[in-house]
Amino acid sequence: YVWDANEEYLFKAVVAFAMRRYSRKSTTQISNVLLCNVTDRVSFWFVVTDSSENVSTVPGSEVEAAIRMNRNRINSAFLLSDRTLQFLKITSTLSPPVEPSTPVWLIVFGVVLCLIVAGIVFLIVAGIRQRKKKNKESTKRENLEEKGEVTVAVENGIPCETLDLKAGHVNGVFAADDERFTSL
Amino acid sequence: LSMPREIPREDGRPKWDNKFQYILSCIGFAVGLGNVWRFPYLCQIHGGGAFLIPYFIALLFEGIPLLHLELALGQCLRKGSISAWNTISPYLGGVGIASWMVSVLVSLYYNTVLTWVMWYFINSFQEPLPWSTCPLNENRTGLNEECYESTAVNYFWYRKTLNITPDVTESGTLQWWLILCLAACWAIVYLCTIRGIETTGKAIYVTAIFPYLVLTIFLIQGLTLPGATEGLAYLFTPNLNTLKNPRVWLDAATQIFFSLSLAFGGLIAFSSYNPPKNDCEKDAVTVAIVNSVTSLYASIPVFSVLGFKATTAYWDCLDRNIINIINEFDLPEESIMRQNYTAWMSLLNLSYPEKIAGLKLKSCDLQEFLDQSVSGTGLAFIIFTQAIILMPGSQAWAILFFIMLFSLGLSSMFGNIEGVFTPLLELRVISNSIPKELLSGVICLICFLIALCFTLGSGSYWIDIFDSYAGSVPLLVIAFFEVIGVAYIYKIQRFSKDVKWMTGRKLSLYWQITWRFISPLLLLIVFMAFITLQIQKPPSYAAWNPKYEGFPMKEEKTYPSWVQAICVLLAVLPCVFVPLVALFHLIQQMRRSKDPSFVPPEVFSRQGATN
Repeated sequence: YVWDANEEYLFKAVVAFAMRRYSRKSTTQISNVLLCNVTDRVSFWFVVTDSSENVSTVPGSEVEAAIRMNRNRINSAFLLSDRTLQFLKITSTLSPPVEPSTPVWLIVFGVVLCLIVAGIVFLIVAGIRQRKKKNKESTKRENLEEKGEVTVAVENGIPCETLDLKAGHVNGVFAADDERFTSL
Repeated sequence: LSMPREIPREDGRPKWDNKFQYILSCIGFAVGLGNVWRFPYLCQIHGGGAFLIPYFIALLFEGIPLLHLELALGQCLRKGSISAWNTISPYLGGVGIASWMVSVLVSLYYNTVLTWVMWYFINSFQEPLPWSTCPLNENRTGLNEECYESTAVNYFWYRKTLNITPDVTESGTLQWWLILCLAACWAIVYLCTIRGIETTGKAIYVTAIFPYLVLTIFLIQGLTLPGATEGLAYLFTPNLNTLKNPRVWLDAATQIFFSLSLAFGGLIAFSSYNPPKNDCEKDAVTVAIVNSVTSLYASIPVFSVLGFKATTAYWDCLDRNIINIINEFDLPEESIMRQNYTAWMSLLNLSYPEKIAGLKLKSCDLQEFLDQSVSGTGLAFIIFTQAIILMPGSQAWAILFFIMLFSLGLSSMFGNIEGVFTPLLELRVISNSIPKELLSGVICLICFLIALCFTLGSGSYWIDIFDSYAGSVPLLVIAFFEVIGVAYIYKIQRFSKDVKWMTGRKLSLYWQITWRFISPLLLLIVFMAFITLQIQKPPSYAAWNPKYEGFPMKEEKTYPSWVQAICVLLAVLPCVFVPLVALFHLIQQMRRSKDPSFVPPEVFSRQGATN
């Protein structure tokens, strides 16, 4: 925006406002603020007079303190910042950067670590289960082969060797009937 | 007398799920952080486009032949590096042990670089980015002094991340935040390599392809930034005069060699899991070309962003001067713009020279800003992070950038860890009793504990030492003995027959000539030149010392003698295994030849290879 007489009026009003808030006297008027040496750069000198005490100027330290207290109100009145609206000899105090109670990076790190540990545990458990299944399959196969060997040697629950050796009698009906067969 | 050829039985050796996984793993191993932060730097300082000439010559005569040799060797012998070289000849067993040692040393420090990347990644979620502003000093009257004198980005890197000490002899303390990130990084590596290539083969799909996506995004974004064209023009304008400097040729040869990750044993391990009848010749050419094309492709966004950063710095410089002049002469706002700055300056210099001199304006030169070239960690963590602050939506760009760096580094770590893992699996002492998960866990745990040294205050100095000495000279020596071993001890005719059996084609003359003469000769020349350059000046390093008078410039210091001894040890330790093992077998051979009842061991090793 262009700097014209209206802006100057606003500036005087804002400085008067700052003086009123600082000294808590309601006597400072807009007419008490005087501007001089306004240049194209938009830089100027200004003084604040005290109408109650025979038209003398308010000491510079008071004005500085008042402006320092209300700096952000003055800045926002003009839509400017500390960098773009400069008061010579009034340095701005720096505001500390906002720091959350837990640093953000720790939270992100926690999330990442949880994911990794979950992945590792999952893979290890899957590997162990796979190995157990493989072991179970191979032992099952071995057991089957063993059982096969045993069943061959058992007939009606009686082992064949005992039949042969001990309790067998020769059955004469079948054994001695050689004549029944036709000879070749 | 070639080995009798038979189709090997199912020997329970793990294999790749498909050919694409194998190629992607080799590409991921070769394409690493160096493609992003070393190649563009070399291109820039060695005359832009002109650097491509020695680069491609080195690729043709050194890179591709050595790569084909390693892939063919692994595929033909189907063993990791130690066993493979023992099979070629027991006298060459030291070559395998040397490459195993180098893989171990490189894995240690490489993952610490990834730790730094991870630290920056988890810090990128903060608004505003923590490296964009300086913190306040103790009594809140101003900014922190160290940060104020250098820049916020430098402060975050040197103080908040590394907490660097001013000297390599001062170890400082362990940085707990780096220990946490290091643990996370080694946990990720363990997660991906837990069962060898069964798990890395799945992980590689993400870690090898993702960087290309991000590079493309950065390419598109980078080209839209103001100043990108200046950066690209600066990068690619060829200056053929630089080719007269032999340093350029040396840098091209070493860059190609280290960029392809040769002589680590990782490539031999990867190709040993292949089916024997696989066209390794085409694979080698593919991997080498993709690696070089990636380097070129990566340098475009890198230089667009650097051009953007230089232009922004130049404009800042101009703006600061303009404000000073306007304030001094009380001129209206926007009377002096960047475009008519020079016209105004000449006018004012004529009319008010004393006032202008009194202002002490800095001279703003775009070339000067473009000339500030850095490679390595400085490029990623200082320059790029500064450029990211200036982009709109900086969190997203920072997150993308650091995930990309992490994927690039992780896929290279897979190759390094395979180079350590596969030979250990093949030692008969270990393989039957221990499950794979336990072995990889033990490897990762031991590496994590040793790498804790790099989280000390002086850790980054030690990483530079490891990088310059353990990751350079031994590789050249190993590669030289690899080529000589295959070409002259195993004999090139035998190897040709083996390769012909695998690929189905006769070895062309190009391979014969490069393997027999050109590559060994080139390696020898590069090795000599490298050593000569190292010896010429005492090894020094640049220390970050806030109490130095020239701060924020870094202080040049020389290494004390015990550190120099460690440097020499790192370079010599892997190489010494080559003559040691040869000597050991020679002595055994002489002792056995005196005793006539013993059969010479070579017969057994040949037979062992056919099983």
